[in-house]
Amino acid sequence: MQCDRCSERPASVHLTQIVNNSVTTVHLCDQCAAGKGVQTNASVAKFPLSDFLASMGKAGGGGGGGEVTVGDDATLCDFCQGTLKDFRDTGRLGCPNCYAAFGQHLRDLLRRLHGSNQHVGERYEGAQSMPEPRDTKIGTLRNQLQRAVEVENFELAAELRDKIKVIE
Amino acid sequence: MTFDPDLLPDGGMLWLDASGPEGNIVLSTRVRLARNLAGRRFTIRAEPADCDTVLAEVERASRASQQLRDAPVIRLQDMDLIERQLLHERRLVSRELAGLEGEGDRGVRPGSALLTDGVVGVMVNEEDHVRLQCLKSGFALDEAYADLERLDAELGKELAFSFHEEFGYLTSCPTNTGTGLRASVLIHLPGLVLTKEIAKVLRGLSQVGLTFRGLYGEGSEVVGNFFQLSNQTTLGKSEEDLLDHLGDMVRKVIEYEEQARHILQRDAPNVIADKVWRAYGLLRYARSLSFEETMNLLSGVRLGVGLNLISDVSVYTLNKLLIFTQPAHLAWRAKKGLDDPDLPMMRASYTRQLLEAEVAR
Repeated sequence: MQCDRCSERPASVHLTQIVNNSVTTVHLCDQCAAGKGVQTNASVAKFPLSDFLASMGKAGGGGGGGEVTVGDDATLCDFCQGTLKDFRDTGRLGCPNCYAAFGQHLRDLLRRLHGSNQHVGERYEGAQSMPEPRDTKIGTLRNQLQRAVEVENFELAAELRDKIKVIE
Repeated sequence: MTFDPDLLPDGGMLWLDASGPEGNIVLSTRVRLARNLAGRRFTIRAEPADCDTVLAEVERASRASQQLRDAPVIRLQDMDLIERQLLHERRLVSRELAGLEGEGDRGVRPGSALLTDGVVGVMVNEEDHVRLQCLKSGFALDEAYADLERLDAELGKELAFSFHEEFGYLTSCPTNTGTGLRASVLIHLPGLVLTKEIAKVLRGLSQVGLTFRGLYGEGSEVVGNFFQLSNQTTLGKSEEDLLDHLGDMVRKVIEYEEQARHILQRDAPNVIADKVWRAYGLLRYARSLSFEETMNLLSGVRLGVGLNLISDVSVYTLNKLLIFTQPAHLAWRAKKGLDDPDLPMMRASYTRQLLEAEVAR
């Protein structure tokens, strides 16, 4: 199928629009789709994180970013000496300590990326360590529960509450 | 040559035998876990000596594990471009680890290595210090994760992984933080492509937190109707939930693909039969084949085998062709360059040989 717009390249984007209660489908090639501002799955998959981070920076800088906290570019991780700007440019953090150094910024970012910023998967018990005593585990879960309530993640809170109940 | 891929346990490709569940539609299942060693800079900021130390640590831990006790350590720094690309074509290392990102040969980081027993393995000094991976034949998410979980526990006893109560396993890229788990299923969807339903299906998947890539993972184009479907998020859900969700969705996609194939056979049996046999004819007799053409023709024949139109070709042979007709595989065998003008002829010749042997069998 040819592109409806340029009639040259094969159509790869099939855009269904509802205009004035009537449904129309337009078939476009990647280039014409991009020209119309349509983002395909393929382009989303290749969308580098650094571009995403840069656009977040702009959104926040213009005051239109709402809840997005944009930290100071010069914020420094004192372990690897990486700055928040380095992270924005590359999309990669320099060391585990960066998570503490850029904590609030990362909480917002992680929520945007994953829909959550609280880990609920397997817990690492540490190298050569014994299983965590039951009381410590409940304590950790209670802390997580409190944090979940603070950030109004009630779905997670309910899940944690159930986990605590099971252990108790 | 410094490296012989035939020395890899099972060539690192036990999954090729198509013995896994849904082996006709699903080629393979891969699960990986991203881990970093605590108190160390991530690879991108590490000094060369740090990378060497990480490799030494991982090697020590692997020797203490059941699964990787005897695994060879394949150091990518000792290998030339063709050998590294060959490992990537075999889906044992990422583009990044093989130094294939961007244009041309970018070389590899110090300490870049692969340890594998043919099913589970570890990439060392990739974007994260350690990437544990498991590759299984067919649709086998739970089995792959079970193997990996065991390896994770074993290595985690020997190595101190970087873990945070709130964010989980810490990774260099925040898209992997939390579980560090990426599961992907390599699936062949010619029915959905031919019935033009594929865009709808892929759109649907993106709405439920899944993503798709081409044969070679991140950033690769879709060729031969092969799609890798995987989870997009890694944080805020347990490993089990991530795997269950992907598994449920893949099962649905398999169902849609089967429906699409049924519709094609019902409404256009002659068109499909012609397409399938033309693909077979070209693979069987052509004298020069490009890589992309080969992938597309293999897709046609694979569909023919799935629809029981072609009976004398096994899925195993088709899987083997998929791997061994890739540029670095051909170049390595013939001791030629990747841009050698004879590669398309060598590809056609190798394909003819394998298909002839199959018919004679």
